[in-house]
Amino acid sequence: MVKRVSVVDVDLCVGCMMCVFACTRRFGEGGVSKSAIRVASIGGIERGFTVIVCRACPDPPCAASCPTHALKPRKGGGIVFDPAKCVGCGNCVKACPYGALMWDEQSGKPIVCTYCGYCVNYCPYGVIKLEEVKEVVAHVP
Amino acid sequence: MFPRDPLPRVLYIDLSSKKYWVEERKELFEEFIGGTGVAINLLREEVPRGADPLSPENAIVLAVGPFNALYPMASKTVAMFKSPLTGNLGESHAGGRSAIAIRLAGYGAIVVKGASDIPVWVSVHGSKVYFRDARALWGVRSTHTVGRVLREVEGGHGFRTIMRIGRAGEKLVRYACVVVDTFRHFGRLGLGAVFGSKKLKALVVVGKGSVPVADKAGYRRVYDDLYKRIMGTPATKKYHELGTAENVLPLNELGALPTMNLKASRFERAEEISGERLAERYLGRRVSCAHCPVACIHLAVLREPYEHEPYFYKTTFVSYDYEPIYACGAMLGIGSAEGLLKVLDAIETYGLDAMSTGVALAWMTEAYEKGLVTEKETIMKPTWGDYASYLKAIEYVVEQPNEFYAALAKGIEHAAKVYGGADFALAYGGNEMPGYHTGPATHLGFALGARHSHLDSAGYSYDQKMVGKKVSVEEVVTYLLEEERWRQVLTSLVLCLFARGVYTPQVVVEAFKPLGWELSENDLREIGKRIHLLKLKYKLDEGFSFDQLRFPKRIFETPSPHGALDPAFMEQALKLYRSRVEEDLKSLEAAQRE
Ligand code: SF4
Ligand code: SF4
Ligand code: SF4
Repeated sequence: MVKRVSVVDVDLCVGCMMCVFACTRRFGEGGVSKSAIRVASIGGIERGFTVIVCRACPDPPCAASCPTHALKPRKGGGIVFDPAKCVGCGNCVKACPYGALMWDEQSGKPIVCTYCGYCVNYCPYGVIKLEEVKEVVAHVP
Repeated sequence: MFPRDPLPRVLYIDLSSKKYWVEERKELFEEFIGGTGVAINLLREEVPRGADPLSPENAIVLAVGPFNALYPMASKTVAMFKSPLTGNLGESHAGGRSAIAIRLAGYGAIVVKGASDIPVWVSVHGSKVYFRDARALWGVRSTHTVGRVLREVEGGHGFRTIMRIGRAGEKLVRYACVVVDTFRHFGRLGLGAVFGSKKLKALVVVGKGSVPVADKAGYRRVYDDLYKRIMGTPATKKYHELGTAENVLPLNELGALPTMNLKASRFERAEEISGERLAERYLGRRVSCAHCPVACIHLAVLREPYEHEPYFYKTTFVSYDYEPIYACGAMLGIGSAEGLLKVLDAIETYGLDAMSTGVALAWMTEAYEKGLVTEKETIMKPTWGDYASYLKAIEYVVEQPNEFYAALAKGIEHAAKVYGGADFALAYGGNEMPGYHTGPATHLGFALGARHSHLDSAGYSYDQKMVGKKVSVEEVVTYLLEEERWRQVLTSLVLCLFARGVYTPQVVVEAFKPLGWELSENDLREIGKRIHLLKLKYKLDEGFSFDQLRFPKRIFETPSPHGALDPAFMEQALKLYRSRVEEDLKSLEAAQRE
């Protein structure tokens, strides 16, 4: 079984961005430029937050939109990324209905979640957790 | 400093010429770290001596430091400017997303100079700066509305800070604040009026970058250690659970909660406006500054029915903290949570400093009681506890319909010069007093601290530790000086002061190492001392004098937990403090000459 980050209860989120900073820290940097997870208010912090991270679709539209197969479906749900094949067209970013693919301005390529769960360790309020991707039967006509 | 760290980049924005440029100030940051240390130097460079704070000669310096974006709880930005309230050093700190956005836009400081001919807002998107026409936003009543508009038209959602002023800033109320993101503020000393005088309605900064370090593995190790410490300290729990409002009841119990213009130090209705009561009945959400796990920001929900429309409710979120509760609750005798929240909401809407506003209205109420002013001046009838009439008064402070309110909008030190009542005008160096009547140290701190703030040296905390014990002049002065100097280091990094228990000198030394920056505890303390002296020197150059320092008579009339304060003790402490810093200033000047 493969894993993904799931948002357990977004109403517990305080908008601290600890998860966002954690994701870029995987590369030993402080900041957000390499983060595959994003937190933003839903129109003013008093209304709460939205936590956006790849949900590991069983039949990922982002991968389907990739012309060079740099982004490929992962067995069991989600995607794997081969930057060497990526031409930086940005199709995948548009294809994800969650807006879960961020853009790396430096490399000109998408930032793709590796489902490592590093961010989860720094969420102080149990908003996100690493869990197994459940079998969802994709609708194949 | 790690060579690829963008920290030394200073962004200059000239509102007069609508130009901007970047300068590399590596030596400045290496010598003074960032934040407060760098800001005081930039202020001295930019603002000519004797400049009018509301003229284009004044400058706004916003500075962050090396720990912002790298370590948790390094969430603050330091603003420095010449204060239109005191006519001297203006320094105020704010969190929200401000520090992260500035640092990740690739800057260590932003200097805004000159003044625009028409209202503008400025937006900084990484390396690009845009001057945008804000004529349509000028005059908009609520800071909330301005925030809403800018949220829609500016990009960078989730990675930006939106600093803006309200009507109070436009009308140059000398204690107008700058609202940062939502519910955070550059509150004290009137930065909002400086924005207003420059016709700067808002400053938006978007930052999405990152900061490289010299030792990646070491950085992650130090980070994890800090994270563990933060999550393990009782202070984190306290600030997260009830927040700073937790202090209302203990301070009241102690007899240290200034009430009705400090005619009393206990408020009989404190329970009603306590952190406990607010949390149980009104708390709607807790939120955090960026990169801080504590989430101390408490938002109350105010649900009010519409008069003409059954089952329609207006739901307002109001942020509360200890200081606003003191100034707009106890000081005004407002013992109803709902009334207090309405007052705080009005203050937020207009963009005023809650502390100065509350203290100003308290002074006005007593001046009215004593017959120094009449309803001809006040228009409304000042009555302790009557929040509805205070709501009117707040509007008058902003709109200044007569000479009295025009004077009150300049602060109570000024108003008391015109109308009398200096003995009960609770201000230090022109800045309205914070909410602690804990004993001698807190008042000495207000008087002697460089920004006349409780955060300069936290005398209130010293007083509370010493209740029942004998306090010596020597000890209290040593404490105040050492504390204020170490805090210059913390606010140069720039840490939230709630993190001061975690970031001990040893911890700070360790945290510098992965950044390729070797500083010993002694180095840090020396830098802290120099920053403090530079601030003092600025103040003296701008006309501050120890001889003119005064303790409002009122503080000697109302007993504190240390009993009635002794004027002779306070004078001795002042003298000793003065001789110490004057000696230090002499050796600083001698060193500079060499
Ligand atoms: S990036 Fe979006 S579309 Fe692709 S797998 Fe993740 S959630 Fe699904
Ligand atoms: S699981 Fe890993 S890659 Fe994905 S958002 Fe979290 S830290 Fe980033
Ligand atoms: S770490 Fe948790 S609480 Fe903080 S922003 Fe991320 S999801 Fe929200």
